[in-house]
Amino acid sequence: MSELELTGIQKVYEGVARPVIPDLALTIPSGQMAVLVGPSGCGKSTTLRMVAGLEEPTAGTIKIGKRDVTNLPPAERDIAMVFQSYALYPHMSVFENMAFGLRIKHLPESEIRKRVHAAADNLGLTPYLERRPKALSGGQRQRVAIGRAVVRAPKVFLFDEPLSNLDAKLRSDMRREIARIHQQSKTTSMYVTHDQIEAMTLADMIVVLKDGVVQQIGTPVDIYERPANRFVAGFFGTPSMNFLTADLTATGERQSARGAGFEIPLAARAPALRPARENVARIVVGIRPERLSLSGTGDDVALTGSVAMREVLGAEVVLHLDSAAGPLTVRTDAGSAPRPGDSVQVWLDPKMIHLFDGATELRL
Amino acid sequence: MRSQRPRLILTILTYAALIVLVAVVLYPVLLVCKKAFEPGRQFAISASPIPTDLTLDHFGELFTTRGGNGELLFLRHALNSIIVALLTTVVGVSLSCTAAYALSRFRFPGRKTGLTMFLVVQMFPATLLLLPLYVILNKLNLLNSISGLVLVYSTTAIPFCVWTLKGYFDSLPRELEEAARIDGASPWMIFRKIILPLSRPALAVTGLFSFMTAWNEFIMASTFMTNQTRYTLPVLIQSTVTEFSADWGLFAAGAVVTSLPVMIAFYVLQKYLVGGLTAGAVKG
Repeated sequence: MSELELTGIQKVYEGVARPVIPDLALTIPSGQMAVLVGPSGCGKSTTLRMVAGLEEPTAGTIKIGKRDVTNLPPAERDIAMVFQSYALYPHMSVFENMAFGLRIKHLPESEIRKRVHAAADNLGLTPYLERRPKALSGGQRQRVAIGRAVVRAPKVFLFDEPLSNLDAKLRSDMRREIARIHQQSKTTSMYVTHDQIEAMTLADMIVVLKDGVVQQIGTPVDIYERPANRFVAGFFGTPSMNFLTADLTATGERQSARGAGFEIPLAARAPALRPARENVARIVVGIRPERLSLSGTGDDVALTGSVAMREVLGAEVVLHLDSAAGPLTVRTDAGSAPRPGDSVQVWLDPKMIHLFDGATELRL
Repeated sequence: MRSQRPRLILTILTYAALIVLVAVVLYPVLLVCKKAFEPGRQFAISASPIPTDLTLDHFGELFTTRGGNGELLFLRHALNSIIVALLTTVVGVSLSCTAAYALSRFRFPGRKTGLTMFLVVQMFPATLLLLPLYVILNKLNLLNSISGLVLVYSTTAIPFCVWTLKGYFDSLPRELEEAARIDGASPWMIFRKIILPLSRPALAVTGLFSFMTAWNEFIMASTFMTNQTRYTLPVLIQSTVTEFSADWGLFAAGAVVTSLPVMIAFYVLQKYLVGGLTAGAVKG
């Protein structure tokens, strides 16, 4: 069993006052794929490189399968890594690239052949074994990089934005490939990306980072349906969630969120809500674009706005509206969509909204 | 059709300019070649690079002249030159590639100063160093010795080699080394199996430079090597033309033979002199 456990990890770069990672704790259960996601500079790659042993944490411990590897060199950690730039050895054939690590381990030649051929077969690389990386396409190169990691049969796989250099079509192919290989090998994996779609599709667990601080850890569904704060809510989903600032007001038993041009009854939905003073508190109402619709039913709340822009995605369109409450994005069927300049009413189901504290931005 | 005419004129002009340049560069070389194959000790008055009469006498004389102790002078000196040049190449390149790797990849106190010093040393003309080097070699008992000359040539070649190699190492992607580290390679193994094979173009350039420095150098060799058996080829060639007697035929023949190894070296190494070996390492 090889769970990956980080405790009290801190990373401070010399000459930089603010730590890149102030205090990180994270456990990836054995066999799971954890995807670290966040905007650039959030410390996700640094975290991965510390697990790899390419960078030293300023404080904290890293354990792989209960073994403390914090001070071990990369070679002794039993890990394999796939780089964004592939980092294939250009002067070696595909076969030699994959065999390099095994040769260093002094495995018998027959075992090396067996492992490399098995991996090449699995990744569809058999016809290219004698080629140099230069003679391969981007997708094939990344397959070789994955193959080089797979043949080592390590305790932990590390992926550092492996698909960022590929075009959109190849990216989705390779995403499925990585998912398939993870299904087969069930190796504990840490995957770093800034792409939320990769995170959603690949992860057993998603770790959302911002400024070196974990914002939320959860399954993809958790993250999407119950974002822990406004940052996570805005980071996942395309187009991203609409945010409306509102005042929380209470009249007797009934609470409602009242903003410019709308009032959303909150009923008994959030008993924890307590207006701070004078029966009023600042909150943020979040609603995903696909949860706004052009037709409403009984309890729905209407917002009025005019269409500023219309983006056609094929089966769906995205409407950008100007409303009294601020800009709104609506995702809807292509058929009935209004034109730019039209004034429209969009409907919001009060059960589908997310509420965030106006000051702390935490989920309420 | 009309648009092609200016391009044609441009092509003609370009070629004309190139032909003039080639002529300017090649003319003196052709004159020396002509003299090497032409009978007589004096340079002919004619400016034509085509010899009127052909002979191999100068080469015969070059290869058969014997020194005081009866050995064939040219072979003796050619051997001296080859040993000095090869040793200089080996010592210069091996010292400078390890130094350049350290300067490229590691940060240590004195790194910047060291690099600047290498540059500053390059600015002094070699003649300025003659006297101090003579004194040093004399103290070390290395005058008239092959190892002394190798030492002197290596110190001249190393600064250039270090800068060239450092620049090349800087351009190699670090991810390659990181990948190798994760694959379990030791620093020495990374250097030997990843860095050096990828640096062949730069190694070829620096190796050729070291070789040529040692092969062509005259002033130091003639100052430090006073014993005739220790002469290198440039010293031998120069000795054919003295104040009292000048055998330009012998001189030219010696010059032609001496330049052959360098030409061969260029020919053999030309495929490494073009870069591009790292293409395919990372997306680019």
